[in-house]
Amino acid sequence: MPQLDDRFLALPLGELSDAALSKAKELGCSHAEVRVERIRQAYRSFRDHALETTADGQVLGLSVRVVHNGVWGFASDITLSTDTAAHLAARAVATAKVSRPLTPASVELAEEDVYADASWVSAYEVDPFEVDEATKTGRILGLNEALLAAPGVTHATAMLGYVHENKYFANLAGTSTFQQRVRLQAQLTAVNVGKHGFATMRTTAPSTGRGWEYLTGTAWDFDAEVAEIPELLAAHVAAPSVEAGLYDLVIHPSNLFLTIHESIGHATELDRALGYEAAYAGTSFATFDQLGKLQYGSDVMNVTGDRLVDHGLATIGFDDEGVAQQRFDIISGGTLVGYQLNRQMAAENGFERSNGCAYGDSPGHIAMQRMPNVSLQPAPDGPSTTELISGVDKGIYIVGDKSWSIDMQRYNFQFTGQQFYKIDKGRLAGQLKDVAYQATTTDFWRSMEAVGNQDTYVLGGAFNCGKGQPGQIAPVSHGCPSALFRQVNVLNTQAEGGQS
Amino acid sequence: MSAAPPQDLVEQALEIATLPCVAWVTEHAEANVRWANNALTTNGEMRSRRLAVTATAEVAGGTAAGTVIQQIAGAEDVAEVVAAAENLARTGRPAEDAAPLVENYAHHDLWDEAPETTSIDVLGELSKGLGVAFESAHAARQLLFGFAEHGVATTYLGSSTGLRRRGVQRTGKLELNAKTADFQSSAWLGRATRDFSDVDVAEAIDELTTRLSWARTKLNLPPGRYETLLPPSAIADLMIYAYWTANARDAEEGRNVFAGGNGTTKIGQRLAELPITLFSDPQYPGLETIPFVDFTSSADDTSWAFDVGLPIDATTWIQDGVLRELIRNRAHAARTGSQPTAPADNLIMDGGGTANLEQMISTTERGLLLTCLWYIRDVDPERLLLTGLTRDGVYLIEDGQVVGAVNNFRFNDSPIELLGRITEIGGAELTLCREWNDYFNRTVMPPIRVPDFNMSTVSQAS
Repeated sequence: MPQLDDRFLALPLGELSDAALSKAKELGCSHAEVRVERIRQAYRSFRDHALETTADGQVLGLSVRVVHNGVWGFASDITLSTDTAAHLAARAVATAKVSRPLTPASVELAEEDVYADASWVSAYEVDPFEVDEATKTGRILGLNEALLAAPGVTHATAMLGYVHENKYFANLAGTSTFQQRVRLQAQLTAVNVGKHGFATMRTTAPSTGRGWEYLTGTAWDFDAEVAEIPELLAAHVAAPSVEAGLYDLVIHPSNLFLTIHESIGHATELDRALGYEAAYAGTSFATFDQLGKLQYGSDVMNVTGDRLVDHGLATIGFDDEGVAQQRFDIISGGTLVGYQLNRQMAAENGFERSNGCAYGDSPGHIAMQRMPNVSLQPAPDGPSTTELISGVDKGIYIVGDKSWSIDMQRYNFQFTGQQFYKIDKGRLAGQLKDVAYQATTTDFWRSMEAVGNQDTYVLGGAFNCGKGQPGQIAPVSHGCPSALFRQVNVLNTQAEGGQS
Repeated sequence: MSAAPPQDLVEQALEIATLPCVAWVTEHAEANVRWANNALTTNGEMRSRRLAVTATAEVAGGTAAGTVIQQIAGAEDVAEVVAAAENLARTGRPAEDAAPLVENYAHHDLWDEAPETTSIDVLGELSKGLGVAFESAHAARQLLFGFAEHGVATTYLGSSTGLRRRGVQRTGKLELNAKTADFQSSAWLGRATRDFSDVDVAEAIDELTTRLSWARTKLNLPPGRYETLLPPSAIADLMIYAYWTANARDAEEGRNVFAGGNGTTKIGQRLAELPITLFSDPQYPGLETIPFVDFTSSADDTSWAFDVGLPIDATTWIQDGVLRELIRNRAHAARTGSQPTAPADNLIMDGGGTANLEQMISTTERGLLLTCLWYIRDVDPERLLLTGLTRDGVYLIEDGQVVGAVNNFRFNDSPIELLGRITEIGGAELTLCREWNDYFNRTVMPPIRVPDFNMSTVSQAS
C-alpha cells in the first residue's frame, strides 16, 4: 500500500496551522480551519502518431476560513510561512467584516467528532508520477497507433490525465488530518472521414481512483477495447438514422452514470435545493419540503451517496470540514430520503451531523458542498443486460456517454451516447445513429422498470464536475447497473436545428 | 509572498535553463463575494503566483516540448520547475507542431513595472449597495442571488531568444439574479467590468424589477420554431462556442463544422447573408487582453507549446458574412502556406445595426425574447448542432409589446446555421455571456433576430 508522501509531510504543516488558528482565536473567531494542499496534475494529448501536449502542473498553498461574529471569512496564499498563515487569518477576518452587511443570520455549524493526527490514503497501487515518461506516452501512443492501423480509421486522438492530491486540514476544535489520493483517466477516439462527413467512436473506460495499474491490466482491458473500436465505428457510420419517437431504453452503466450525475447527483445537493446556487448552477426540483415524500422514481430505484467506496473519485477519509467519510441513503424504494450536506447546512436544517460532502478543489478555493459518489444500486437477484434487452419489443440499447445537458432545476435533460443498438423483439439488430434521448427527470426514473444484477454494475465517473463561483471542479464517481426504461422520448438529431 | 520580483524569477529560470525555453510568471490577485436568498454565502480574497516553463529539446526524430506550470512561493522553487520542464522535453517525443522559439521583437510593454493587484475593497461599494438591495428585496418578497468577482493577472514572459513581455489583464463581473419568493419568476443580468467603478447596483435592480414585472402574466407555449430575439449575452455564448471550434487543422482534416471537404476549409464561403463581422483584437477598447500567447493550448485544441510569446494580432474571423480565418499555430501555418492566427481572449461581433433591444421589441409582431442560454453542449459536431436551455426569463412579444413570460425551452440549433438565418442585427454592445463567463468574459455583441429558433421541448424549470 502506498504511504503518505514524505515531501508533503516535511512541510511545516503543524506550524502553519498553529500560527493561523492562534491568530484567528486571538481575533475572536468562533471557528477557524486551515487547509494546506498540494495537487499535482498531468495532461498528455496525442494526435494520430504524435504526442501533442505535455503539461504538468502543481498547486501548493494554504487557506484559512473563519467564522467571525457569525460571518464567514476566507483568505488564501501560496507562501507556506507562519507569518503568512497568521496574516491570512487576519485577512479572513477582514473579508468577514466587509461581508457583515450581507449576513442577516449568524453561521451555525453541525457538531463533528475531533480526529487528531488522522491519516488516510486512497486505494491505488502505482503513482503515475513515479512511472517514467517514455513508458506512459509509449503506452497511450501504442494504443492510438493500433486504432490508426485499423481499416476505416482516418484519424485517432487520445488523452491521458492523472492527479496526485495531498491535503492537510486542521481546525480550532483539534482535528488534524493528513490525506493522499490518486486518480487517472485515459480516453481514445477513432475518427472516420468520408463522403458522409465525419464520425467518431470513443472508448468507454471510466475515469477512476486508481493509479498507473489501470493501464496495465488492472480493472480494464484497454487493448481489448481499442481492438473493438474500429468495427464499432464502421457499424456506426453505416447505421441507419433513428426514427424519432418513444422507445424502451436499456442503458449501459457507461452512459447511465452521467444521467445519474446530472439528474440525481446535482438534484439532491441541499445547497441547490436551498437556493445557494440559484444564480449559477441552479436550484433543484427536489425541494427540501419534499424530503421523505417525493416519488423520485420507481420502487426499484435505490440510490446512495458515499465517500468511501474503493476507487471512487469522490472517496476520501475526511472532507474539507473535517467530517469523517460516510455512506448514506438518498433515494430508497423510489422515494427521496436524503440530501448531500455540509456542516452549515446540516446545522441550519435540522440534521444532527453533516454527511461529509464539503470539498474545495484547491487551497485557493473555499470548501463548499460537493457531490459524493452517488450510485444506483443493483438488484441482488436482478437480470443480466441480455435479460433486460430480451424484455424489450421495440427499443434502443445505449452504450457510452457523449453529449449531456440539463436545465437549471434538473427537470429537462438530453443525452446522446457512443453506441446505439436497435432492439427488435428482444434482440439487438445493429446500430442506429443520430440518437438523443430527452426526458423530465422524475418521468424518466419512474419509468425505470428493472435494474440489472451486480454483474452489470460499473463504477463510472468524471474528473470535471463544475459548480460554484468562483468555479470549482470536482472528481466524482457513479456506480450503476444496466437498467430498463419504458417509453422514453428519442430525437433524431439530424431533424433538429434551423430550417430556413 | 516572497520579496523576489516576478521579473527576477523569469530571469532566474532562463539563467538556470540548459535547453531553449520560455518562462512566464503570472501574479494573480482576486476578490469575490457571493450571495443567495438576500444573504452572503461565500467571500474571499486570493493571491497566487504561477511559474510556467516550456522547454524544448532535440530528440530522436525531431523536437520535443515539455511544459510545467506550478504555483511557486519564490526563488527557491524556480529550479525545480525548470528541471521538471526540461526533463519532460528530453524524455518526450518529437512534436508535429515543432517550431523555433519565438524570436525577440519590438513592443511597448512596461517590463520593469510591478504587478498590479486588487483586494476585497474593490467590492466595498458594491457590498453596501447590495445590503440596501437585500432589505428592499425582502420587503418586496423577492430574493436576490448573485456573484461579484474582480481579478487582476500580470504576466511576465521571457524567452531564451531574448524576448521579454509583460501584460496585464483585469477581469470583473457582476451577475445578479432576482426571483419572486415562490421561485416561479426569475430575471438575470450580467455586467462585465474592469474595475467596478461603472457598476450601479440600484440601476441593475431597476432593470430586474422591470423584468419581473413582465413575468406577472404567465403564458404556456408548446415546443416549436419561433421568431426569437436573442440578446447580446445569448448570442455571445453561441459565438464563443463557434470560436472555440475554429481549428484550421481539424477543418482541413474534415472533422469540424468548418470542413470544406477534400482537405479544404470553408474559408471564403458565405456563412451569413447579412454583413456580419466577427473578430478578436487584444487592443479593443474596453476589452483589452494579454496581447501575446501565454498558453500552450487553446480551447479549439490547437497546440501553442512552441509559440509561447507570439504576438496576438487582431484577426477577422468572419467578414461581411464570409468566413475569413480559422485558428492555426506557426507550424501549421508554415505547412499550409498561411499565417498563424492566435486567438485573443475577446470576441466582437458587428453587423452594422444600430437598433437596441427595446427598438427590436417594438418592431416585433409576434416573437420570443430570451434573457440568456444555459448548459450549452454540442450534439452533432459535424454541424455544430448545440443543445441548451433558455433561462431566467423568456418573454412573449405581441404587437411590439412584451405581454408576459412563457415557459423555458430546450433548444437544439447550430450557431453556424443560425448565422445564415439572421434577419435583423442590432447595435453591438459590451455584454457578459451567461454560460461561459467563467472562461470568457470580454465580448461585444449585438442583439439578433432569427425567424425560426428551434425550441425542441419545454423545460419545467422556472
